[in-house]
Amino acid sequence: MTVLLLAHLAAALAAPLLVRWWGRQAFLALALVPAASFGWALAQLGTVLDGGEVRDTVPWVPTLELAVELRLDALALTFAALVTGVGALVLLYCARYFEPDEEGTGRFAAELTAFAGSMLGLVLADDVFLLYVFWELTTVFSFLLIGGAGGQVAGRRAASQALVLTTAGGLAMLAGLIMVAQASGSTLLSEIVADPGSGPLLTWGTVLVLLGALTKSAMVPFHFWLPAAMQAPTPVSAYLHAAAMVKAGIYLVARLAPGFADVPGWRPIVLGVGVATMLLGGYRSLRQYDLKLLLAFGTVSQLGFLMTLVGAGSQELATAGLAMVLAHGLFKSTLFLSVGVLDHATGTRDLRELSGLGHRLPWLATAAVLASASMAGLPPFLGFVGKEAAFTGLWEGGVPDRAAAWTVLAGIVLGSVLTVAYTARFLWGAFARKPGLPEAAPAELEHPPGPLFLTAPLVLGVAGLVAGPLSSSIDPLVAAYSETLPVLAEEAEHLALWHGLQPALALSALTLLGGLGLHAARDRVSAAQRRVAVPASANRGYWNLLQGVDRLAVLVTGTTQRGSLPTYLGVILVVVLVLPGVVLLTRAPWPEGWRAWDSPLQGLIAVAVLAAAVMAVRIRSRLSAAIVVGITGYGLGALFVVHGAPDLALTQVLVETITLVAFVLVLRKLPKDVGGRDRPRVRWARGAVALAVGCFMGLAGAVALGARTADPVSEPFPELADVIGHGYNVVNVTLVDIRAWDTFGEISVLVAAATGVASLVYLRGRPGAPERADSDAGAGAGPPRRAPRREWLAATATLDPRRRSVILEVVTRLLFHAVLVLSVYLLFAGHNQPGGGFAGGLVAGLALVLRYLAGGRYELGEAAPVDPGRLLGLGLLIAGGTGATSLVLGEAVFESAYLSGTLPVLGEVSLATALFFDIGVYLVVVGLVLDVLRSLGAELDRQEDEEPAVERAPEEVIAR
Amino acid sequence: MTPTVVFPVLVAGLYAAGVYLLLDRSLTRVLLGFLLLGNATNLLLLSTSRAGEPPIVGTAEPAEMADPLPQALVLTAIVITFGVSAFLLAVIHRSWRLVRREVVETDEEDRRVAARSPRQGDALDPDDLDPGDLSREERAVGRAVGGPGDDVEHRFGERFPDAASDDVDLPPTRGAAR
Repeated sequence: MTVLLLAHLAAALAAPLLVRWWGRQAFLALALVPAASFGWALAQLGTVLDGGEVRDTVPWVPTLELAVELRLDALALTFAALVTGVGALVLLYCARYFEPDEEGTGRFAAELTAFAGSMLGLVLADDVFLLYVFWELTTVFSFLLIGGAGGQVAGRRAASQALVLTTAGGLAMLAGLIMVAQASGSTLLSEIVADPGSGPLLTWGTVLVLLGALTKSAMVPFHFWLPAAMQAPTPVSAYLHAAAMVKAGIYLVARLAPGFADVPGWRPIVLGVGVATMLLGGYRSLRQYDLKLLLAFGTVSQLGFLMTLVGAGSQELATAGLAMVLAHGLFKSTLFLSVGVLDHATGTRDLRELSGLGHRLPWLATAAVLASASMAGLPPFLGFVGKEAAFTGLWEGGVPDRAAAWTVLAGIVLGSVLTVAYTARFLWGAFARKPGLPEAAPAELEHPPGPLFLTAPLVLGVAGLVAGPLSSSIDPLVAAYSETLPVLAEEAEHLALWHGLQPALALSALTLLGGLGLHAARDRVSAAQRRVAVPASANRGYWNLLQGVDRLAVLVTGTTQRGSLPTYLGVILVVVLVLPGVVLLTRAPWPEGWRAWDSPLQGLIAVAVLAAAVMAVRIRSRLSAAIVVGITGYGLGALFVVHGAPDLALTQVLVETITLVAFVLVLRKLPKDVGGRDRPRVRWARGAVALAVGCFMGLAGAVALGARTADPVSEPFPELADVIGHGYNVVNVTLVDIRAWDTFGEISVLVAAATGVASLVYLRGRPGAPERADSDAGAGAGPPRRAPRREWLAATATLDPRRRSVILEVVTRLLFHAVLVLSVYLLFAGHNQPGGGFAGGLVAGLALVLRYLAGGRYELGEAAPVDPGRLLGLGLLIAGGTGATSLVLGEAVFESAYLSGTLPVLGEVSLATALFFDIGVYLVVVGLVLDVLRSLGAELDRQEDEEPAVERAPEEVIAR
Repeated sequence: MTPTVVFPVLVAGLYAAGVYLLLDRSLTRVLLGFLLLGNATNLLLLSTSRAGEPPIVGTAEPAEMADPLPQALVLTAIVITFGVSAFLLAVIHRSWRLVRREVVETDEEDRRVAARSPRQGDALDPDDLDPGDLSREERAVGRAVGGPGDDVEHRFGERFPDAASDDVDLPPTRGAAR
């Protein structure tokens, strides 16, 4: 069975390709897959009739105790045969339904084949969760097939409506299945049905499961999605919305009925909804002019009938129900396929525009008449057999409550009268010669159908005819299922064409006469229907509900999303103040004592930093504000020294310097002052929030410190660093060894940030290395661009002489190499003394800054003729490689090793592998700085050189 | 542990200045505010740990060392702050090049939604329209008339005045469509 499902999957995947190769003939090949499944299902008939079953189990998610549990018993075989048989014929039909080069055929073929597989899986699944998966798969494929390519509003709406309704029901069903599985203690359908358990959990679970079945099978009040879904191409209507998908609900009810029919609520819901649906569908069907809609409402009506029969929970009605399921699958798909042929041939489905087609399309009319006879319940068709069995069963009391049995019987007799009436309306509408229309309308047939096109409807129609007389041979199969149900009437009936003169025969005659009478009086019926206005409509209700949700969404969005970032931030901060702030003031344990400072030096620095912060708020000049913010940073560096954190101080000072440089590089393009101030009221509000947040954070920090009772987690770090990390600098070892994962994540952030900068400045891809002085781009008019190669700091020659600074050039010449050596020293020494990859990389970056400032953008290229992107990637690779290597060697990721030995010349050398990680960090940091310099420095220079004539408003002053 | 006065005061001052600048509309001032907030946060992290001698084995006893863990956290945070600042600078630059402004703009889409009254919540989305469904004038304006009169039922009633009104209306058939 698994093989069959996989074959469907493979066929679906191959379908687009096959359609590309063979065009619409590919459907013939695809039809082989369901046809083979059909053959396989029939081959199992012997096993199943002997009371056996076919099982197939494949482990799926063992930890969740989920397995692909497939099981073929009589009920599954009945549905599987229907699904695969009709599926094969519909695919055959598709080979002529589509035009040879129609667009989207490949997608359609794939979806339809995949649907056939899902449907087969649904009826075979024994695990309730597997059933649910297939259930939702059919929903999704139905959505795709109804919506088509999505080119039409009506199609999209119908598709989403069907999706919303059936998935809503599906979700309810999932909850119900979980509850039912809990109540019965098993997730296998076979075990659940055998012993469903009891209690409110089971009752409510059953109601939810029924909700899923009712939405899927388009029962009142969810029936409206099915007619709307007729937007889909006719093969889809014939297969999904007549033979297969809508039967899923019927299948589930039939599957559960043996164990669940006596659960409180089951019979009232199933029988009530079923009969109501049958009547409503039949009534609405009589109002339709579109043949397809007529059939769609007819399907709704028939589904109500089927639901009533299979849900009643008695052997005789279940027998009738299963026979009707087969009959309905055969005749309704025939009729839909016939409408498709008709539509194809004439270009319309409006029965007011069709006349006299009966003798012009004789084969089509034959198929349709055969199917219609079965639908109306004429002997000797299968539809007659099923209906007869239903009438007999109810007459003799196939429902525990006698009064209910009479009510249901009255309902389905009335429903059958309507069925006969709309059947007559269909035949008359499609094929009859009508007064008031020309003898032959439309006059010309656009596409007379070919033999292959007619095969599927004819085969299905004839099957309905043949099955009637042969019904006694279907009986064993149906009985194998229905005998699991109790007999409620006096004696169990078997399926047969002729039971003798019985009340049921009279009822059948009554329905035929009533239906034909209704059809004869169609003008008066139509007039009466028009007079009886129905104010409420389920469809209207659905759209009103959706509109209500839309309105609520607009209301909520409109209230909360005001479009202003400062407002959002303000709201967030006020929430911080109100919730944690109140807790801080009322509940927090306040520190027992305070001391002024660790060292008076801290007080001095704090005053300077605070003064700088106040100035940063007040200053409107961009550059000055950036510098005072930098001062707070340098102040922090000093505080770090006092606190005992030389690594931090080093990094802070280096970063602060590079940040300032980056600021200057960008701010030179912007006006000197920040313009536009908020209104005073807003400024006061901002100030109040800012002060409150400041106080909150300060106090929170102090309280957190005061509340610390446990020993710091870092207590053993010094020993770990020395013994395991083989380094004396605890902070560095923490970075590259103890918390290397953390650092690895952080350097990844740096790479992302550098890439972001580059992509904002260069819009089209990251170029390679920075431009060098002798590259072609450097050649041009003006000052000499081509620098002599052998001169140190040669690219300064490309600068405008007025912008050159002799002192800077000399200092750069003196310092550059020394600074680079220092950076490498910091990198290597960092394991034991202040320094490390971060500090070393920043120092190297500063050396590059120096070169750039002294020599301009070409000098940057001369100093670092590498692509920063490569540098970043290489760094990340080395750092990650360190981790991966230890993994390959069988250690934990980022586990470090230590080598030591004696080398000639160098003497004793010791090496921790964490050094390689630090080298990676170093490269990433150098790459980051180089990328920033190249993007915000060199590229901005180039843009200015190339587009000097940017319009500037007269009042703008560009800081330089 | 006994907290000092100097750290909370400094943290409070930096946070206050940072938040004030962060709430500005000018991106430059937002960036400055971000830097101040970064400094304040680093200080906050460090202030919750013990001060002491530099955490280098051999130069001090472990008991006298400053706590190394917050230092390691803050160290990477400092470098990341630089990366993010560079990114924000690039954003400022791009904003300036594109629109000659560097302010946090009001989100126009949000304003439009806020201006829509709830009654209009069901107005048709552009998604709900096919160009073919619009009349010539509507197509010119590029919008459809929403509201209850525009549903399929209404259109069905217009097309077939004598038909019993119904929920659904199927599109023209395959033959007519081509």
